[in-house]
Amino acid sequence: MNIEKEDIDFDNETETQEETEIDFKSAVLTNDLSVYFKDRPGIENINLKIRKNKVTSIIGPSGCGKSTFLRSLNLMHDMTPTARVFGEIFINGENITNFNSVDIRKKVGMVFQKPNPFPSMSIYDNVIAGLKLNGSKKRSDYDEIVEKNLIHSGLWEEVKDRLKTPAVSLSGGQQQRLCIARTIAVNPEIILMDEPTSALDPISTAKIEELVFNLKNEYTIVIVTHNMQQAARVSDMTAFFYLGKLIEFSKTRRMFTNPREKLSEEYITGKFG
Amino acid sequence: MSKESILKNPKNLKRRKLVNSLMISLCVLAGFVTIIPLIYIFFYTTQSGISSLNVDFFTQLPKPVGEEGGGMANAILGSLILITIGGLIGIPVGVLAGIYISEYSKSFLASIVKFTTDILSGVPSIIVGIFAYGVIVIPMQRFSALAGGFALGILMIPTITKITEEMLRLVPMSLREASLALGVSRWKTTLKIVLTTASSGIITGILLAIARAAGETAPLLFTAFGNSFWQTKIDQPMAALPLQIFTYAISPYDDWHRQAWAGAFVLIFLVFIVNLLVRFVTHNKFSGNI
Repeated sequence: MNIEKEDIDFDNETETQEETEIDFKSAVLTNDLSVYFKDRPGIENINLKIRKNKVTSIIGPSGCGKSTFLRSLNLMHDMTPTARVFGEIFINGENITNFNSVDIRKKVGMVFQKPNPFPSMSIYDNVIAGLKLNGSKKRSDYDEIVEKNLIHSGLWEEVKDRLKTPAVSLSGGQQQRLCIARTIAVNPEIILMDEPTSALDPISTAKIEELVFNLKNEYTIVIVTHNMQQAARVSDMTAFFYLGKLIEFSKTRRMFTNPREKLSEEYITGKFG
Repeated sequence: MSKESILKNPKNLKRRKLVNSLMISLCVLAGFVTIIPLIYIFFYTTQSGISSLNVDFFTQLPKPVGEEGGGMANAILGSLILITIGGLIGIPVGVLAGIYISEYSKSFLASIVKFTTDILSGVPSIIVGIFAYGVIVIPMQRFSALAGGFALGILMIPTITKITEEMLRLVPMSLREASLALGVSRWKTTLKIVLTTASSGIITGILLAIARAAGETAPLLFTAFGNSFWQTKIDQPMAALPLQIFTYAISPYDDWHRQAWAGAFVLIFLVFIVNLLVRFVTHNKFSGNI
């Protein structure tokens, strides 16, 4: 799979790290985004443009602000009383910083590090949980939706005979794919993944990386990972964060072979981390 | 490495083992001491009460002194009615208060609510009875099941609140985040996801509160007051099992004493059944293994 990816032609894409004007081709654009926890800065002045239908990975050492950045994109910091968010976030050209978080999260989904299916529900109910709780679809559509999304997340064959069994009876990798199915069932445009495979075994990890590759045709994916090899395998663009600042944002191939910044190069080659 | 260096101090080892055995024995002993009163109460009550238990007990009204037979049927029914009224007050207030304290724990009001709930759990039940007397009996100008149920409800609140709060706290933050990330609103997340996951624990709390309320006597003394006849109207005095036991037990009549023992047995048996139910509910659904 890696070899195929290398051959894909990115040359018709322009490098646009300096561009910060609102551009409708970008799925997500942040303008001087900063998040402070009480007085401690989490991230500072992040200007990042995430392209539609591409996988963007965010790498950096522990505590550099990767997750803080990711969670600000779906307004998760509303849940943290000590968090203060500054700057602007544009999604598909619209400034969402003062939008209702419930509405945003229907368009920007999130998959977490530790798989978290709802333990009180079956596999079936988990997939449609987002829809059911928002009361949007008719009952008769549910069967179709469950099947479609489980196929999409690569879990259907393994669970089609036991849809009504508890979700917690699945293995870790299966649970994570179930969470992904649950996330895409709500039909978001952007999927945020916060270290989705760090709690999983290598086989499940490979399955999910393949899933990410398949999903990017329909969704824009932003994936935080502390595993550089994963970033190299899976993403089109890579952003390198360090101590709350964005150091470099380049095409993945460039980042891992010929990075622009010295700091990036030192991190990639393992001089610190 | 010689053998000596590993077995450095054999004398010390013997002493440690001795202390270890001693402590374990003390713990086991303490365990027995805990169980003994319970077993003793259970067997003594059963032995004293079961012989007086017959069908009449469950179907007949108390007979006047001197007449043989009679039962406590109205008291059993009365207790059920009182607990129902108490539950209608105590359960919603307790569960909602528990949700508030747990989900909005940072606010000042939440800490006040938690503090007062803890104090309320320590208030003697007779004081709660007097409170119900002042608030309901006096304005209504009569004793009533409403007043009794009200007192019981207040007594149920602290237990339910505390257990609800603790069970909700046990639900991991990751579940709330998962729900919010799907675009589900805060209150729906709390009600449909968090509460459902904690449900078996909360039901445990409710059943425990009911078991406690079932046996309360003091708060019913001047609220429900007791009744010798069939009475289901809630604005009238109502019989209750603990009340009836009390009345019979302090009387000078042997026949009534026997019936009091039978009543005590039934009461303990009911509490026992409720606790069994608690176990059954907690092992039943796959509600998050809490």
